[in-house]
Amino acid sequence: MMPENPPRPTETEAAELRRRRRGLNLAIIGVLVALAGLFYAITIVKMMQH
Amino acid sequence: MSDLSTHTNDTGRGEKSPLSSHVAPTEALGVTDVRDWIALLKPRVMTLVVFTGMIGLLVAPGHIHPVIAFTAVLCIAVAAGACGAINMWYDRDIDAVMRRTRNRPIPAGRIEAGGALGYGITLAIGAVIVMEVAVNFAAAAVLAISIGFYVFIYTMWLKRRTPQNIVIGGAAGAFPPVIGWAAVTGSVDLIPLVLFAIVFIWTPPHFWSLALWANDDYRRAGVPMLPVVAGAKETRKQIVLYSLLLVPLTLVPWYLGFSGPIYGVSALVLGLGFLACVARVATDKQDAAGVSLTNDAPARAAFKYSILYLFVLFAALAVDRLIG
Repeated sequence: MMPENPPRPTETEAAELRRRRRGLNLAIIGVLVALAGLFYAITIVKMMQH
Repeated sequence: MSDLSTHTNDTGRGEKSPLSSHVAPTEALGVTDVRDWIALLKPRVMTLVVFTGMIGLLVAPGHIHPVIAFTAVLCIAVAAGACGAINMWYDRDIDAVMRRTRNRPIPAGRIEAGGALGYGITLAIGAVIVMEVAVNFAAAAVLAISIGFYVFIYTMWLKRRTPQNIVIGGAAGAFPPVIGWAAVTGSVDLIPLVLFAIVFIWTPPHFWSLALWANDDYRRAGVPMLPVVAGAKETRKQIVLYSLLLVPLTLVPWYLGFSGPIYGVSALVLGLGFLACVARVATDKQDAAGVSLTNDAPARAAFKYSILYLFVLFAALAVDRLIG
C-alpha cells in the first residue's frame, strides 16, 4: 500500500505559508531580543541598587 | 484580569487572511499567523488593565526605578494576555456560537485549542516569575491571585453558572491597581483596596450595559448573563443600583485625604455624567418585558461612556497626585 500524499499547496497557499513562517520567526526573534535586553537592564538596575 | 471591554473585540484580530474565507488555515497550512497569537491575548482588554495598573504604580508613595516599573507593567500586561488566551481556550465552544466571537482564532480554526492553552499557561507562569524576581514578592503574589481568580473562579466556575458572574468575576479586573501599588511599596494598603473597590463596583453596570444589547448572543451560548436570566427590566434596575454605589465610592480617595480637589471635582463631574447615562438606560423606551424599543441606544452609549469614565477617573487621580 502506498501512503497517500497530502495535496500539494497551490502557489498562493505556498506564498501565504512562507509569509506566515517569516512573520512568526521575526516575532519570536523580536521577543527573544527584547527579553534579553530587558533582563540585562534589570540585572544592571538590581546591581546598582545593591 | 478581566474581560473588561472585550466585548467590542468581536473578531479576534478582525481581518481575514487570503485563505480564511474558504479553508481553516491551521488545517490547510499548519502554520498560524502571528496576528492570531496576538489576538489570543485580547489586546483591547490589556489596554484598560495596563492603564489601571500603571495608575496604581504612579499614585503609590515611594520610588521605583523606571526599568523595574516598566517590568511590572509588562508583567501585568502579559498576565492579562495569558488570561485572555486561557479564557479563549476554555470558552471556545460558546465563542463558536456567538456572533461577535466566532471569528476568534480558535473557533475559526486558525489556532489549535491545546496550543492556545499552552501559550496562556506559559505566559502566566512567566509573568509571575519575572514579577517576583525583578519587582517583589507582594506584587507577584497579587498577580498570581488575580490570574487564578480570573481563570478558575470567573472563567471556569462562575461565568456559566450564575447571573452574578460579572459581579464576582469583576474582582479579577480590579486587581491591576493593587498590583501596581504593591510593585512600588511591597505591600497592600487601604488606598489600593479603594481603587480595587471602584473597578469592582464599576464592572457590573459596564458589563450589563453591554449585555442588554448583546442579549441574543448570550442566550444562544447559554451564558446566564443577568438580562438572559432576570430580564432587561431587572438588569436596568441593577445597573442603576450599582451606579448609585459607584459614584460616592469614587469620592473616597478625596474624603480620605489621599487626593486633592482635581480628583475630587473630576470624580464628581464624571460620576454625574455616569448617572445621567444610566438614567437614560433606565428610562429607555421599552415594551412590557423591558426590551428596548430604541435598539438599546442608551445602553450602548452607557457602555462607551463607562470605558471613558474609568480612564478619565484614574487619569485624574494620577494627575492630582503628581501635580497636586
